[in-house]
Amino acid sequence: MRRHRGLLGAAVIALGAGSVLADQPPRDESGIQLQAAPGRELTVSHCAICHSLDYIPMNAPVMDAGAWKKSIQKMRERFGAPLTDEEAAQVLGYLSSNYSHH
Amino acid sequence: MITRRGAALGLTGYWLAGGVPVPARAGDLTEGATGRGGTEALIALPGKKPLIKRSFRPPNYETPLADLARAFTANEAFFVRYHLAVIPEVDVGAWRLRVGGKSTQHPLVLSLADLRRDFKQVSIAAVGQCSGNRRGLFMPRAPGVQWTSGATGNALWSGVRLRDILQRAGVGADALEVVFDGADSPVLSSTPDYLKSLPVDRALDESTLVALEMNGRPLPHWNGAPARLVVPGWTATYWMKHLTEIRIEPTPFDGFWMKGAYRIPTGAFPGRRFTSQENADTTPITEILVNSLITSHVSGERLHRGASAELVGKAWDNGAGIERVEVSTDGQRSWREATLGRDLGRFAWREFRWKIDTSSAGIVHITTRARSRNGTSQPDKLTPNPSGYHHNLMQELVLEVA
Repeated sequence: MRRHRGLLGAAVIALGAGSVLADQPPRDESGIQLQAAPGRELTVSHCAICHSLDYIPMNAPVMDAGAWKKSIQKMRERFGAPLTDEEAAQVLGYLSSNYSHH
Repeated sequence: MITRRGAALGLTGYWLAGGVPVPARAGDLTEGATGRGGTEALIALPGKKPLIKRSFRPPNYETPLADLARAFTANEAFFVRYHLAVIPEVDVGAWRLRVGGKSTQHPLVLSLADLRRDFKQVSIAAVGQCSGNRRGLFMPRAPGVQWTSGATGNALWSGVRLRDILQRAGVGADALEVVFDGADSPVLSSTPDYLKSLPVDRALDESTLVALEMNGRPLPHWNGAPARLVVPGWTATYWMKHLTEIRIEPTPFDGFWMKGAYRIPTGAFPGRRFTSQENADTTPITEILVNSLITSHVSGERLHRGASAELVGKAWDNGAGIERVEVSTDGQRSWREATLGRDLGRFAWREFRWKIDTSSAGIVHITTRARSRNGTSQPDKLTPNPSGYHHNLMQELVLEVA
């Protein structure tokens, strides 16, 4: 029992260390990992054409589905982002679900 | 309690919002830099010291608080702000500045040597500040680069008066705006290039420069080498970096970055109007509003009882000049005047100092506000605007004497 607790403790410490490392901000663009969820690859492949993906978590505390919809609309209409309606809907679903403040 | 990491990143703690002191960001005080999605870090661009990274591409990096304590912000510490990700290293020898447009009488092509040899060289100290400085502290919150208080800096800019260049090119009687383009460009041809315009009289103002140097050294690449526009008193959206082209035009420039960005509600803010770009709803942001920043302390710091302690910071405005900086320690019932430092020029920031009373233990609640000679003071309420521009609230700081 005592030994088990020791092992468990070591595992917890190891997990802790791992999560500390995972929480370190990336040192360059390639280190940015967006949330694994449906729509991530499509989002990454389109958004990262023009800007690094840190814009997404940076704005998450400010955003909700309505704000992401406006943002995607602006990217398409003002900045010429090449997205079909269907792709835009998928990107909107991904960002709203994973990068909104509520 | 503010974390050491938070302090290092220049999170200055509290600003007033609607008269009620609130934490600048609930997460900032406890979670430090990683409280907003783990996107922040101190990272050095080539030729720069580690700055607070907001985005890698296009590069947006803000100056840590400690680096804003100096009279002149060091070139390697000055903030970096780009809209578009294609940023060429300009070949100084091959670089040319083209001056043309429909209201230009004699189009010019100037080399760097021409600018140095054929024009009077002048210098001006001026605050360069992003329109969205402190957007990350705005309430209600606004999308965009989530700057705290480091998208600003003061530098000595040297170069040539824009007026001298324009007059050599000949300004037609019908000239309305002057349009500026820089060497940076968008990734996609469908994205609007970053061009800005100024009213012709602001372009002809004696303070408006084509700067070649910053603090006595060539402009850093990330701050616009080899030549950038400097428009003292106006927000840095107009300070075109890597300047390549100037056009004097008889009509309002209709590019996206004038008609669709950097706009504020018409009539909502003080400052001069840009009438040829104004409509009933919105108008371009123009002049910097009166503002200040405490650089000596951050909220949550503990002071030793009986030990001398001095509040130090900077105050600046649109170039009218700082009239005074006031400090309240009783919830804005009474105000005492801080001592102003040396005047570095009306467009520069002005240091202020104020002795903190540490004679008794307890919480010290400090509010600071600057007043400009233009008659405006820092407000205790933000004026809402969708892009989160013009954050210039009085600053509030909570210290503990123990």
